[in-house]
Amino acid sequence: MSQQTLNYKTIEPNQVKTWYEACKEEQFPSDGGLCVEFEGLQIAIFNFSRRKKWYATQNLCPHKKQMILSRGMLGSEGEEPKVACPFHKKTFSLESGANLNGHECALATYPIKVEEGVVYVGLG
Amino acid sequence: MKKVIVIGNGMVGYKFCEKLRAKAKADEVSLVVYGEEPIPAYDRVHLSEYFENQSAEKLYMAPRSWYEENDITLKTGQLVTNIDRESRAIETHTGEKESYDYLILATGSSAMVPPITGVDKKGVFVYRTIEDLEQIIDYAQHAKRGAVLGGGLLGLEAAKALLDLKLDAQVIEFAPRLMPRQLDDSGSNMLKSKIESLGIEILLNKNTKEIHGNGKLDRLEFSDGTSLETDMLVISCGIVSRDELAKTCGLETGPRGGFVVNDQLQTNDPSIYAIGEAANYNGMVYGLVAPGYDMAETVVDQLTGDQSKQFSGADMSTKLKLIGVDVGSFGDALGQSEGSIPIAFEDKSAGVYKRINLSADKKKLLGGVLVGDCADYSMLLQITQNGMAVPPNPEDLILGARGAGGGNSIADLPDSAQICSCENVTKSAIVSAIKDDGITDLKEIRTCTKAGTGCGACSPMVGDIVSATLKSMGQSVRKTLCAHFDYTRQELYSLIKIKEVKSFNDLLNQYGRGDGCETCKPAVASLMASIWNEPILKQDTIQDTNDRFLANIQKGGSYSVVPRVPAGEITPDKLIVIGQVAKKYDLYTKITGGQRIDLFGAKLNDLPKIWRELIDAGFESGHAYGKSLRTVKSCVGSTWCRYGLHDSVSFAIEIENRYKGLRSPHKLKGGVSGCRRECAEAQGKDFGLMATEIGYNLYVCGNGGANPQHAKLLAGDVDEKTAIKYLDRFLMFYIRTAEPLNRTSVWLNKLEGGIDYLREVVVNDCLGLGDELEKDMQALIAAYHCEWREAVENEDMKQKFRHFANSEADDPTLQFVPMREMKKPADWD
Ligand code: SRM
Ligand SMILES: Cc1cc2nc3c(=O)[nH]c(=O)nc-3n(C[C@H](O)[C@H](O)[C@H](O)COP(=O)(O)OP(=O)(O)OC[C@H]3O[C@@H](n4cnc5c(N)ncnc54)[C@H](O)[C@@H]3O)c2cc1C
Ligand code: SF4
Ligand code: FES
Repeated sequence: MSQQTLNYKTIEPNQVKTWYEACKEEQFPSDGGLCVEFEGLQIAIFNFSRRKKWYATQNLCPHKKQMILSRGMLGSEGEEPKVACPFHKKTFSLESGANLNGHECALATYPIKVEEGVVYVGLG
Repeated sequence: MKKVIVIGNGMVGYKFCEKLRAKAKADEVSLVVYGEEPIPAYDRVHLSEYFENQSAEKLYMAPRSWYEENDITLKTGQLVTNIDRESRAIETHTGEKESYDYLILATGSSAMVPPITGVDKKGVFVYRTIEDLEQIIDYAQHAKRGAVLGGGLLGLEAAKALLDLKLDAQVIEFAPRLMPRQLDDSGSNMLKSKIESLGIEILLNKNTKEIHGNGKLDRLEFSDGTSLETDMLVISCGIVSRDELAKTCGLETGPRGGFVVNDQLQTNDPSIYAIGEAANYNGMVYGLVAPGYDMAETVVDQLTGDQSKQFSGADMSTKLKLIGVDVGSFGDALGQSEGSIPIAFEDKSAGVYKRINLSADKKKLLGGVLVGDCADYSMLLQITQNGMAVPPNPEDLILGARGAGGGNSIADLPDSAQICSCENVTKSAIVSAIKDDGITDLKEIRTCTKAGTGCGACSPMVGDIVSATLKSMGQSVRKTLCAHFDYTRQELYSLIKIKEVKSFNDLLNQYGRGDGCETCKPAVASLMASIWNEPILKQDTIQDTNDRFLANIQKGGSYSVVPRVPAGEITPDKLIVIGQVAKKYDLYTKITGGQRIDLFGAKLNDLPKIWRELIDAGFESGHAYGKSLRTVKSCVGSTWCRYGLHDSVSFAIEIENRYKGLRSPHKLKGGVSGCRRECAEAQGKDFGLMATEIGYNLYVCGNGGANPQHAKLLAGDVDEKTAIKYLDRFLMFYIRTAEPLNRTSVWLNKLEGGIDYLREVVVNDCLGLGDELEKDMQALIAAYHCEWREAVENEDMKQKFRHFANSEADDPTLQFVPMREMKKPADWD
């Protein structure tokens, strides 16, 4: 299980080696997420339509190691955009990945871009 | 920079670290902690919970990472064996040495083991650490009987643990009564009969002379010549401070143990402090956690430059839930002060005993004992500690004021009243957080004052103080939803309805701020569903996860499927379909407590397929995932039962179908029983009907669950039509006015005027709302639709039930393991 966690590492925009085509913009619910798979990794992508922003994080919730975050609920705490895990409502910053209401470790985050209706995620 | 070493990573040692870091960061004080136990500090007070979940982590005061994040070096599994006061250094059993500027001894205590011949035999245990519990659990597997030596607080707790381990349990007490230091004879008798009724045998006046057995114990011999056969023994005869380090360096200890400390909690070496159960203050060792926390705070103040605060002893009042029995003991519990006047109240049938001790002039409360009902504990303790005036009829204090008056409300408490004894938070601290810092949210009050974060016993009182303070400031007390909406649920209900708001974003734009969160989104979703009853998947991303996927999420990420089976009546054909579907999709099946069948372990991608088959066979969603009507439980009734007065099944089916799909602040459950034998447990439901000779008695606002409460009679002997009319009104009134996630029982408890007022509204229509409530209900019923039918008939919606957006595959991390010919999800850690 912890091996699983190790697979997820934050990628900074300047570290992107490959931009993977994830799916179409229109597939996304507003203010919600979807999960995509590349190279055995599960990445959660969020369409924060209220803010007109896109985010990508690991799909694995660090709390109980569940592949679930794409089904989480979006929201904000102060200015910080966040996602709440469906299982126990641990919340994580979508910007930094940091856990906002507990001691869990942070989520890996990934660069994301949308071009001509297609959503891309950058991996290292 | 100062360097502080703490010896002992128990509850008090931990609290010291927490409090120190709140005042001094790593650049001022460096902090190293040595703990003998292999794991970080855990909550010993709740040690017995380990029997339930056997998870040490759940008991941790803080995870290991917390120490790192706070720049605290934690060295577990290291016993400190030597202190060299000359060179100011300590040494551990592995030979590790480290020097300090200040040393904190928080070594706690160990169980006192009396010198009885044979105590070293196998099968004899103490009850102090997780390791002790592990050994007890292990040994109990091969034991039938278990005894506990000591009838104090811990002994009784240990006896309950033995009972839960399926042993025949006995408690052996030397004194003529249980909890001899906290309770008087009558209180102890009441407690004894309650505990005996659980199946624990209690032997008083027994002095254990010898422990017999060949290698392992099999019999205890008492000095009165009798004996007791048993397979294991847990010793719980008190504690002894762990002061063995004193001998290595000449620190002073008390005659009965403990490092002797002064008001600053310094030992005879001013750079060495002792706190918690290791300390001996004024000849006392405090075996409770709250005084230890107080000591930790005092030392932190000393080290960070605030020398004003000193330790001045602590109160030994306790309130606990002992084996399901509330027991409280405060102040001079036994009435030992000179001239004290006791007043006692005893109700044997209810198992309640209360006693208070008044001063000779009857003006002050000195202390008392409560068994079976501790509701007044906090108030009585406050009156005692703060020397508040006793009412003219002091018996009112335990009997409740019968009539007007009584000066015992929150407002009468002095500012210095200690509300949370774990964290030593006074009333004025809470009031000032509200008045000076403008904090009104209960959660934030807790975070900022820490009140109620320990044992939690004071939480209700903290809530009341917040309400009372706000009221006194002329603010009506409004429980607003969260940081994103300054409105209560009831206000939002009206806004949504009157302004016809149909989407979360519209509501947020008009009446809120920010982007919403996991608190307000589901609450608003529920409101909109209660008002418009539109398909909830229209706004799927504001729904709580179960509502979003129309199924309950399970450990591991699979889902459960619960088709509606109104009133529990089901045809053989439908049973067969459930069986076939379960088999085809490899689902675990279980009959639920709600008279229907739950199919567990469905993959997200399979949900629409499973429901397609169920719907084709005539099933509908059971809404097991929603805060909505669950089941209306029925008994078989007059059709078959020889006692049945009316056809309870038909009526239950009618009611379940009437309210199915209805969304409410919390879930709703109903029941209909065919006669007063009440086989449907209707009086344990949010609404229940019990057949009488001429109609039905209608009960409301009951529930099981965490805080069971019996339903109350709303109307007697009504016919079916009237019952439904009242139900419509009652349910709509609840939906309109309750706070989020309040069951009907909780709602009623807060409703001013209680059931009588509710009857005025529902039966006598005192608000003139009857017609409107019925009409609203009618509209909701008319808008009913099976959510699953909609989902499987709509291609776009079906797409939402996929794990991956870029593949049709299931989640490869889903894991199941076999169990009794079926399966269960693999455990998570
Ligand atoms: C399946 C079932 C247990 C069983 O195997 O029998 C069950 C299972 C769950 N119960 Fe229950 N409860 C079940 C009957 C009960 C009962 C008995 C009854 O209804 O007669 C009670 C006590 C009666 C009552 O509610 O007044 C009960 C009191 C709770 C509570 C505590 C409610 C409270 O007010 O304190 C919760 C927690 C909650 O709702 O917040 C809960 C919550 C849950 C949840 C939904 C927890 C969750 O969110 O994952 C469980 C998941 C079900 C699933 O995954 O499908 N369940 N639950 C029962 C389903 C009944 C049904 O057919 O719908
Ligand atoms: C089952 C149970 C139920 C209880 N219930 C309640 C209750 O309801 N209310 C209440 O107020 N109190 C209760 N208590 C008492 C409460 O747990 C103690 O008062 C509290 O834990 C004392 O904290 P402490 O840090 O002083 O000691 P401890 O928690 O005992 O911690 C001391 C730690 O120091 C370690 N140590 C000792 N010597 C050394 C050394 N030389 N080197 C390194 N490490 C060392 C020990 O291994 C231990 O981990 C209960 C206790 C038990 C056992
Ligand atoms: S008060 Fe009681 S009080 Fe407050 S958290 Fe706690 S011991 Fe506990
Ligand atoms: S698994 Fe995500 S919060 Fe528990």
